Amino acid sequence: MAAEAIAGAFAPGDAAANAAGLRRDAARERLALFGLCSPAIVVVLIVLVIPAGWLFYVSFIGAGGAFSLENYARMIEQKSYARIFRTTFEVSLATTAICILIGYPFAYFLSQLPRRAANLCLITVLLPFWTSLLVRTYAWLVLLQKQGLVNSWAIELGLWDEPLKFVHNLSGTLIGMVHIMLPFLVLPALSSMKAIERDYMRAAASMGAGPVRAFWTVFFPLSLPGLFAGALMVFVLCLGFYVTPAVLGGGKVILVSMRIASNIELFVNWGAASALGVVLMVLTLATLWLAARFIRLERLTGAH
Amino acid sequence: MRDASAAALPIRIQGVTKAYGRVRALDAMDLDIRSGEFMTLLGPSGSGKTTLLMVLAGFTRPDAGSLRFGEAEMIRTPPHLRGVGMVFQNYALFPHMSVAGNVGYPLRIRRVPQAEIARRVDWALETVQLGGYGARRIDQLSGGQRQRVALARAIVFEPRILLMDEPLSALDKKLRERMQIELRQLHDKLGMTTVYVTHDQREALTMSDRIAVINHGRLMQLGDPVAIYDRPANRFVADFIGESAFLAVAVEDGEVRHEGRPLRLDAPPPRGGRLLLVLRPERLQLVASDPAPDMNHFAATVEGIVYQGDSFLLTARLGDGTEIALRDVVRRDTIAALPKPGERIVLGLNVRDTVLVPDGEG
Repeated sequence: MAAEAIAGAFAPGDAAANAAGLRRDAARERLALFGLCSPAIVVVLIVLVIPAGWLFYVSFIGAGGAFSLENYARMIEQKSYARIFRTTFEVSLATTAICILIGYPFAYFLSQLPRRAANLCLITVLLPFWTSLLVRTYAWLVLLQKQGLVNSWAIELGLWDEPLKFVHNLSGTLIGMVHIMLPFLVLPALSSMKAIERDYMRAAASMGAGPVRAFWTVFFPLSLPGLFAGALMVFVLCLGFYVTPAVLGGGKVILVSMRIASNIELFVNWGAASALGVVLMVLTLATLWLAARFIRLERLTGAH
Repeated sequence: MRDASAAALPIRIQGVTKAYGRVRALDAMDLDIRSGEFMTLLGPSGSGKTTLLMVLAGFTRPDAGSLRFGEAEMIRTPPHLRGVGMVFQNYALFPHMSVAGNVGYPLRIRRVPQAEIARRVDWALETVQLGGYGARRIDQLSGGQRQRVALARAIVFEPRILLMDEPLSALDKKLRERMQIELRQLHDKLGMTTVYVTHDQREALTMSDRIAVINHGRLMQLGDPVAIYDRPANRFVADFIGESAFLAVAVEDGEVRHEGRPLRLDAPPPRGGRLLLVLRPERLQLVASDPAPDMNHFAATVEGIVYQGDSFLLTARLGDGTEIALRDVVRRDTIAALPKPGERIVLGLNVRDTVLVPDGEG
């Protein structure tokens, strides 16, 4: 009876009205979603798009105040710029490599521990992560300098006689950068390792693979996406790293970020600084693009 | 392909004990598994059946005991040197390898030549009826197909012992029932010793040569499906396998009595303690009031009748208040004549089905 009443009340004209109403509802939902995103969109616009656009614009303004390519031309003419870019990539690569060598085994160790112990150990990674960057950098300076803790203890223990030079050179830069960057590698690597089912390794063992072969044929390939994500993060962050290499490198290791700073602080040349910034950004984006292609290739070959 | 003696190994488990804190997952377990037999470890969750399987595979280190495959002591042998095939509950197929990559894995580990690997992978995939699926990715397969790949991977290196940990639990009912038959046929064809873990009593009854019923880390009963079902050794087995009601009986002057009336038995009653009569719904029948010589009779009052399509389930209460059930097939001519709730009826139990078990876990 009720069904008949409903069927009778649903005239063909209502079908069009309902369809229009349903479309309006869908549109309203999309608008609401956009509304929720809008603060983020505004922030990104103000702090990212506008400054980057301005940077881009300024890089094409010469010393005379008119449009000019001189900021880019200088980078090609002066050999020192090429050297700085090379150093930046080399230091970033070295930092990433050392982070992988230290961070991957550490993440593996954490992934095999029982949950409580793993969380406890993870704090040793996270605690420095939550401390100020500047504090950690100066702490390394205190530890590693000539009369620092490391040198004085080592000499007292007779490990070496003369204080070794750890800071204001490449080794200091790398020690500091690796320490700061390590969590960015460990966390994604760990999360991808934790997602690897324990039964995979058991299955490998049941099929005759010893622990080492099981690791290289099963665990390692499955942990690669996380390792890769972490390594990429570290590398990209290193490309623009300023504070730690500036303090621990002591002017001996000059990265692009430092040249940008000196262009502004010493020479007040915003055009030159901006052009450097633009080139660094383009190179960073190129790295990300290459990485994305590499990952897609990996998927195609069935590695993921 | 191979003769049966080369294809299989017997397993001898002696005094295997594993404690987690104060809980004994395995309590001095003894079990002999014959060469080439399909043995099912059956028990509720937490009974220790999976722990026992993990000890066989080498993934769980027991506290004590001996484990022999054939003549060789295996208790301290690491899993990758035990040479047993294993099918995991969630398959554990490697997601970064194709179907052929997964199935060929144990052969690559054994450094079998490429051409031979290809040939044997094809054979294994054919055997599980997945011929031509070698190039597929794992995430392109359905649950049933994954199950078959896991199986192909476990048999491709022709292990003499195959372990399976609830391999069908993730499949839907129809597929599960088909795979039960297929797994059994595969076992008969390849002839390896198979140890199969399940909590599903019907699965165990369908597939096994023998069933080891396990609870609290101890062996409750070992026997073939008919013995396990028809002659349960104790209350736990009778209760866990099939539906059962239990009726307290008394032993007086060498006779077993229920409410003063002696019960006819075809075997002497088990010794000692209190005894229970096992009443299974499908073994009881409605009888006319004249007593038949090969039956025990119980007067009861009908409580209700449920129609279940292929059968009906009648619940009734005995004189002493015990609720029992009777299940029978539905026939056109009998359905109208079924008793109504409140009616007094007589239930008959054939002497062959009159089974007594000791109370408690024995």
